[in-house]
Amino acid sequence: MTAPLLEIRNATKIYGGGLLERTPPVVALQDLNLTLPASPAQIVTIAGESGSGKSTLASLVLGFAELSSGQILFKGTDVTRMTAAQKKVYRRHVQAVFQDPYAVYNPYYRVRHVFDLVIRNFGLTHDQAEADAMIEQALSVVGLQSQEILDKYPHQLSGGQRQRMMIARAYLLKPNLIVADEPVSMVDASLRALILDIMQRLRDASGISFLYITHDLSTAYQISDEMIVLYQGRVAERGSTVKIIQEPNHPYVQQLIASIPVPDPDERWASEVVLPSDEALRAQIQSGCRYAPRCPFKMDRCTAAQPPLIRVGDNHQVACYLYDEQASIPRAVEATSSWQP
Amino acid sequence: MTMEHSPNGAKKTQVVLAVRDLSVHYPTPDGDVIAVNHVSFDIYKGELLGLIGESGCGKTTTALAILRLLQPPGEIAGGALVLNGTTDLAHLHATQLRQVRWRDVALIPQGAMNSLNPVMRVRDQISDSIRAHESRRISNSEMRERVSKLLRLVGLPERVEQLYPHELSGGMKQRVCIAMAIALNPSLVVADEPTSALDVIVQRVVAQNLLDIKNRLGVSILLIGHDMGLMAQLADRIAVMYAGNLVEIAPARAVLKEPLHPYTQLLIEAVPSIKERKPLQVTEGLTHDLRYPPPGCIFQARCPFVMDKCRRVRPPLQVVKPNHQVACHLYNAME
Repeated sequence: MTAPLLEIRNATKIYGGGLLERTPPVVALQDLNLTLPASPAQIVTIAGESGSGKSTLASLVLGFAELSSGQILFKGTDVTRMTAAQKKVYRRHVQAVFQDPYAVYNPYYRVRHVFDLVIRNFGLTHDQAEADAMIEQALSVVGLQSQEILDKYPHQLSGGQRQRMMIARAYLLKPNLIVADEPVSMVDASLRALILDIMQRLRDASGISFLYITHDLSTAYQISDEMIVLYQGRVAERGSTVKIIQEPNHPYVQQLIASIPVPDPDERWASEVVLPSDEALRAQIQSGCRYAPRCPFKMDRCTAAQPPLIRVGDNHQVACYLYDEQASIPRAVEATSSWQP
Repeated sequence: MTMEHSPNGAKKTQVVLAVRDLSVHYPTPDGDVIAVNHVSFDIYKGELLGLIGESGCGKTTTALAILRLLQPPGEIAGGALVLNGTTDLAHLHATQLRQVRWRDVALIPQGAMNSLNPVMRVRDQISDSIRAHESRRISNSEMRERVSKLLRLVGLPERVEQLYPHELSGGMKQRVCIAMAIALNPSLVVADEPTSALDVIVQRVVAQNLLDIKNRLGVSILLIGHDMGLMAQLADRIAVMYAGNLVEIAPARAVLKEPLHPYTQLLIEAVPSIKERKPLQVTEGLTHDLRYPPPGCIFQARCPFVMDKCRRVRPPLQVVKPNHQVACHLYNAME
């Protein structure tokens, strides 16, 4: 049996908290487990808001940061034990698309140069004609015309075009996995489908898997089959995207979904949301559920220990004591009252 | 110029800003970029008018024109911006504008939270903006009270006043910007994509806050954005812009439930649904160079219903149903 494409085991990342640090350590990510099979290609969503740890996870997978504990295995090999040559292969097969299309490009490089650099760095070919053909094909996959794009500078392209260029650039390497960190959040709402459609096509036609990192659950719902929702470094709910969206169990996920603005005047936000003050959050628990200060269903046991992942259905788990077999409380729904600091 | 009838035939309500035939051009060596093309609309007292369109449609340019903050070479090429029935903002000079800005019309610019001064505490930034536009001298104690009151209005705890921007979260910074904009109780606040960079739940909090302020202070808000979902939550009326032209304007419910212009329909359908999974509605962006708009309808290259007439004759913005204006040959003017 082939080794999985990517295996993340108990990944933990802690920032700060050293001997000479004055501020307490920040647990950016705690005990995350995720396995991406070699095939079929999948789009897995890592969902969460700021501070959830989703970008930390992206950094860890891309090798921009090191784990505090746990392991990441790429095709069976531990990334921390890779030789330089193996690392180069890893880099080639795990590519990225970032959030800000305005910040990623060197303003002095024409588009052509961006692609030439990739071909040169990874030794894809030494033949100019072949290089041109590869670039042409990569651009056509994302719907860009090479004659319109190649001689331009980044500032002459729109945000959407720049994002597509980033995908083309990654695709050039025919990677196994693309880590897409908020790829459409800086693109107009109506133009997001264009980019997401490209991702789906790359999955279906080219067998490229995606780690789709986002805070926008509606796009996740449309394109991904598996989802992990993070809250402050820990998994709140995970499993089938469709199940989580249609039947959210974790109070945080419920609030997240209820806060998505729907283009229907009959579906306005039902109640007011008040966010707890930062002090209340900081004063809170070093142990226990991270969401407790904001949770309308908080119980005593919630602050005592972090709830484990509890199975609530086929391919559907929630880290919440409300779903403990011993609890007989029916599935929680969004309350009309909000937590007040 | 009379303000008796607003162009959409609505019952006479006080008009805070009457934008009439506004055009904004950016001259370039290869021809003028027509960023805003003969746009007219009213903003009523106490309403939130949503101005929606994709990037490059001219909505931010319209906002900047209203505040007379266009960067050269951009310039108002024509039209009037009549505030409270008396003052044409388009023809004021610098000193007069200083009287009007912040006191009558305020702006929350795009990326406002990133433009807070990093070395000034919140209270100092707010008081700075008040002092810059208030004509009389304000004592320190009065200023402290005003800052407190403003922070409470935007739902921020009092202790925020002594913090620096980097100590605040994105949502809190944005609310400080809102506080600054309403500091002098203006008639109109222009909010340019105030929730764009924010997480979903924080966006809701800030958006709710904007509504709350509108209801409590009776201030009119021109909300600029690209997300129909957000417009549905906040807007009383929605105006749709494409490539510098206003193509539809009507109460929010009418625009969302019965969108008339094909572009409006596209904007609504392109929002990924949270209710059902369906094939993505892929649409491209702007299809022409803004220096060379095509003859006829500005939307012809993207319109699924394009007719021969559309390529020759530009459809005027006209009333086709009570309170509903659209610029499209598919519809006839209401008798």
